[in-house]
Amino acid sequence: MSVMTATASATPLPAEWRDFFALTKPRVMSLVVFTGLCGLLAAPGNIHPVIGFTAILCIALGAGGSGALNMWLEADIDARMKRTEGRPIPSGRMRREDARDFGVMLAVASVGIMGVAVHWLAAGLLALSIVYYAVFYTLWLKPRTPQNIVIGGGAGAFPPLIGWVAVTGDITAMPLLLFAIIFLWTPPHFWALALFVKSDYANAGIPMLPVVRGERTTRRQILAYSVVLLPVTLAPWWIRGAGAVYGVSALALSLAFVALSVPVGLRTSTAADAMTPEKRLFKFSILYLFALFAALVADRMLVGAAA
Amino acid sequence: MTPEETAEIRRRRKSRNIALALVLAFFVLLFYAITIARMG
Repeated sequence: MSVMTATASATPLPAEWRDFFALTKPRVMSLVVFTGLCGLLAAPGNIHPVIGFTAILCIALGAGGSGALNMWLEADIDARMKRTEGRPIPSGRMRREDARDFGVMLAVASVGIMGVAVHWLAAGLLALSIVYYAVFYTLWLKPRTPQNIVIGGGAGAFPPLIGWVAVTGDITAMPLLLFAIIFLWTPPHFWALALFVKSDYANAGIPMLPVVRGERTTRRQILAYSVVLLPVTLAPWWIRGAGAVYGVSALALSLAFVALSVPVGLRTSTAADAMTPEKRLFKFSILYLFALFAALVADRMLVGAAA
Repeated sequence: MTPEETAEIRRRRKSRNIALALVLAFFVLLFYAITIARMG
């Protein structure tokens, strides 16, 4: 890698297509595609498979554009952290402007295609999500507040809302609840990780909650968000936006989530702590979100099959 | 620029051009499919 970096920075070799692909943050994109697809499949109404595919493709391209713009804006910060120093720009494999141009192109193309082929409201929400992530979160709030993860969660919460609106063409309580679920899920998910992975955000000047406010506050907030998440995940059932399959799954999953958050929220770690409860909560939080959204889709499929 | 570097630049340019051609071909097919779907 170091040989490669030295070569790349000595002569301006054109970046490889793999580096452009890396700019789109493919792993983040897979979760975005999953939740967007669930929003699309759970929405009442029908969408032509080709149009549905295009909607998901646009959500993925928009997320990729956001990722590229994020890497363009944060290249200096990325260079100061071990986890991110190997990214295309800080490692010298790509010019910074190329990432900017690629990100703008993906963002504009995704919004344009979504508008023309699917729905302009969905396109507007997609544009809002990109601006929210790239400008509101990355540029403005991430370097300023330890609540940055809470605000960043908003960016990740857009895909199911966009997927839903692509089918229905309007914003109702249900897609807003899906938005709220991911919004409230993100802080305990991320902070559980932050507790056991010693990151170097502090070196990069990013005020992450465990660093700025301490471990105790972070633990309390993890528990608080988990408790608030429980009634919000049940709300789709209460407003009859989803059936019993979803309701029972959401209740069981959210109770387990709270149960795993309690030990994390109330304990204090010691030196050379194995951080087992935190690791358990983090692993479960990923399974939780996949299972919750899968239950929502299964619920819709069963209702559709019965009707 | 050494012959090795020139060869490396050509190789990278070629792989990028192939990737771009595949993406363009995909979008041609997608827009055709969208047109048919929207007319239906």
